[in-house]
Amino acid sequence: MELYVHYPFCVKKCRYCDFLSGPAGEETRQAYLSALEREIRGWGNALKEQKNPEGGEPVMVTSVYFGGGTPSLMSAGEADHLMFLLAENFTISPEAEITMECNPGTADAGKLKAFHDMGFNRISLGVQSFDDGELALLGRIHTARQAAEAVSLARDAGFMNVNLDLMSALPGQDLRHWMKNLKTAVSLEPDHLSCYSLILEEGTEFAGMQEAGTLPAFPDEELDRRMYHETGAFLSSRGYPRYEISNYAGPVYECRHNTGYWQGEEYLGLGLGASSYLSLPAGEGGGLRRVRFRNPDSIKEYVARDFRNVSESALREGHVQTPDDEMEEFMFLGLRMIRGIDTEEFRRKFGQPIGEIYGDVIRRHVADGLLCREGTRMFLSERGLDLANTVMADFMLT
Amino acid sequence: MITEQARIRNFCIIAHIDHGKSTLADRMIEKTGVLTEREMKDQVLDNMDVERERGITIKSQAVRLIYKAQDGQEYTFNLIDTPGHVDFNYEVSRSLAACDGALLVVDATQGIQAQTLANTYLAMEHDLEVFPVINKIDLPSARPEEVKQEIEDVIGIEAADAPEISAKNGINIEAVLEEVVKKIPAPSGDADAPLKALIFDSLYDSYRGVIVFIRLRDGRIRKGTRVRFLSSGAAEEVVEVGYFGPGRFIPCEELSAGMVGYFTASIKNIRDARVGDTVTEDGRPCDKALPGYKPAQPMVYAGLYPQDTARYPELKDALEKFQLNDASLSFEPETSLALGFGFRCGFLGLLHMEVVLERLERDYDLDIISTAPGVVYKVYKQDGTMLEVTNPSNLPDPSEIEHMEEPIVSAEIMTTADYIGPIMQLCQSRRGVYLSTEYIEATRAILKYELPLNEIIYDFFDALKSCSRGYASFDYELKGYVPSRLVKLDILVNREQVDALSFIVHEDGAYERGRKMCEKLKDEIPRQLFEVPIQAAVGGRVIARETVKAMRKDVLAKCYGGDITRKKKLLEKQKEGKKRMQMVGSVEIPKEAFMNVLKLGDTK
Repeated sequence: MELYVHYPFCVKKCRYCDFLSGPAGEETRQAYLSALEREIRGWGNALKEQKNPEGGEPVMVTSVYFGGGTPSLMSAGEADHLMFLLAENFTISPEAEITMECNPGTADAGKLKAFHDMGFNRISLGVQSFDDGELALLGRIHTARQAAEAVSLARDAGFMNVNLDLMSALPGQDLRHWMKNLKTAVSLEPDHLSCYSLILEEGTEFAGMQEAGTLPAFPDEELDRRMYHETGAFLSSRGYPRYEISNYAGPVYECRHNTGYWQGEEYLGLGLGASSYLSLPAGEGGGLRRVRFRNPDSIKEYVARDFRNVSESALREGHVQTPDDEMEEFMFLGLRMIRGIDTEEFRRKFGQPIGEIYGDVIRRHVADGLLCREGTRMFLSERGLDLANTVMADFMLT
Repeated sequence: MITEQARIRNFCIIAHIDHGKSTLADRMIEKTGVLTEREMKDQVLDNMDVERERGITIKSQAVRLIYKAQDGQEYTFNLIDTPGHVDFNYEVSRSLAACDGALLVVDATQGIQAQTLANTYLAMEHDLEVFPVINKIDLPSARPEEVKQEIEDVIGIEAADAPEISAKNGINIEAVLEEVVKKIPAPSGDADAPLKALIFDSLYDSYRGVIVFIRLRDGRIRKGTRVRFLSSGAAEEVVEVGYFGPGRFIPCEELSAGMVGYFTASIKNIRDARVGDTVTEDGRPCDKALPGYKPAQPMVYAGLYPQDTARYPELKDALEKFQLNDASLSFEPETSLALGFGFRCGFLGLLHMEVVLERLERDYDLDIISTAPGVVYKVYKQDGTMLEVTNPSNLPDPSEIEHMEEPIVSAEIMTTADYIGPIMQLCQSRRGVYLSTEYIEATRAILKYELPLNEIIYDFFDALKSCSRGYASFDYELKGYVPSRLVKLDILVNREQVDALSFIVHEDGAYERGRKMCEKLKDEIPRQLFEVPIQAAVGGRVIARETVKAMRKDVLAKCYGGDITRKKKLLEKQKEGKKRMQMVGSVEIPKEAFMNVLKLGDTK
């Protein structure tokens, strides 16, 4: 099982950001942290009880991920308390990947050291760009120089696994600018890179600027794809092969947490708007059913919860997975991975050959050159990656 | 004691749209009764099979009202409704033929409008006594005196003592009822002469078969009368006769000369009781049929296809049911490569077609794709044979065609002088041949044109309305066929012909039409995995082209944390979108695209 902890607060909302995040006062922050504590304890209880009748090994937590917002804004003491609560309420594997998302503008040597000492072993730095003009346009709170410094601070603090988040297809960006960012990033020798094309989301400041005509033009699809293809080629030549649609790393450093999402790992999302995918005892017999559920998006609503019967309310509010759901997700999530899915695993999991369910879809997309098969592996082609949604939509069964 | 016939008034209400025709009808129904005093005494209602009556609502073509006039007598009013569109001109004329008078409603604020005139002239053609009523006098801008003067000047009928009313507020409705008694003549006719009745409408009822709406000229009809339809020759025994209560049928013993009512006679097919036909008694026929009977002739044809191909049987079922009630609707199965199985349907006109489409969608919940409406072309082949073509796909190869003919209509457009210019321009652009202008007074004229039917079936009516600000009215009748330089315009998507989009057009309009179709399709067809050329071609020669570029990107770079549900919803929506696609060759075209490209009025 994986754990996700959401910390929705940040210094200042970035112009492109449509996450559940924003600045908040101290009172709200404290109320939130205390609700988070209740939630952790609530789930700790619920899952402890749930395991007993099975009599088996406790479920190991293989990954913990602090995301946001800007979780690195937490004081060392607050973070440490949450880590303590997690350890107290769940069985965390000694091998677990434990990630903290970190805004370079919030990183100082002391804090990073403290994060490392309390058990975090991976830092994900939200760099986005190494161009101060672009950073200003995005509304980031840090400079390119601070971003570079954050990498060495993290190394100094003892982090052996550092990720950099970069954003391509920014307004006004051309291929040369983008590749320059990428090269700077590689020169800092991170262990992992996430490169996303910026998507203009409704309701963001960017959307308003776009409307008002004060935003430089976004790269067109043609340029966006060139950036994407060049990124793949360049990073691969530097030892960071693409292993997921937007992620690049050597085999050892693939992000276990996110990979878990694509490969059907169960996870518990803690905090505002966090999503979960968990086996819960459903119905009279107490048999386990997989459920997808999600916490409320409103802080007010979230902090008002008592989290006493988390399992029951998750079942009530969530969606109990059907075999069709599981098959669809196996396909469209698995295909986000460059290595794709294993048809043999499909047969094992669902008791029938993949061709019986998806024969037509597979044949068509293989013929169109969007899907490839090698042995029992099935994965998106280069073109298929560009048109991933077109392929994935066809794996929907409804 | 005056005779029964002398206390009957058969009339209709005519008006320009929105001048208050239906409101006035409602008020008149409110102010009058359903049964005569004598009938009430006889407790006719008790004798009726009330249960059986309940389920049926008369389509409001006629209603009988009982009015006790100031002279102390009880009068029977038969208010006959008339359809209001040029498509149903024939039906209108049959409805008028069933009346002896017409009540002309004129809006006191607007005065005479195009349809006021057109409808009045139509009524006068049928020798109806027309008397005016000035409506909406409650409005501050009402100017009844001026409007009355206008009626006298323009139409030339007495209007000085026309009732000034407000149908909306129920003001002065009594005066209208009295005027009906005084101004509209009682029917004349000989009840003892052989039966002679006009069918002005009919209705199919699943229990009783066809219910025939008649106006008796002479003679009598009662249960057991053996009737004969003069045009079809079919003979049947009458099962029931009666008249029209508001919202229901009320059986009675007998209908006689001058009366309006209905009969049933276990007639299974509405085609045996056509509107306009004459009914007589089998053993004692009348000397000759009433004038003006024309079998309904579809003028406009289009292919109708269910969006969901699996619902073809339902479409068939629905069309069969419609036909029970609509003798002018014709259909036969056809197949389209692009749209699957459907029917080529014949309609009186575009409105008729729209009504049918709307009912298919509303009453049967069927999503229908219709091909572009077309007319019947006559194709004379080199081998001397002639072929009638209603579906462009059936047009023979150009090398086999000697020449083609298209239907033309003679059209009369009534307008105020201000709009003559724009209207002439419009007619010119529709290949109209100008015949004459007749001034009916200084400011009003009738323009006469010969127009190809295929030029008026799309959006002519709308175009006319918009270039005359709603003032012009329009009437046409089929004149015949004339040779014409016609070509078949084909649309190719990814080099494959889309049969549903083929048109027959005049050579001179082909390029323009083809270009517009391509432009429109380009916007309607989503980007595919490959580049898709869209071409318009005449006889294999491409005359216009557009290109839908290949799809370059369709991927969500970021998948926010574990929120799989959100991503899944997006994919489901995308999949849902694909279901609405129709494969044409290897190209996915949204089904709405056909509709949107073919949409009436936008194709020009």
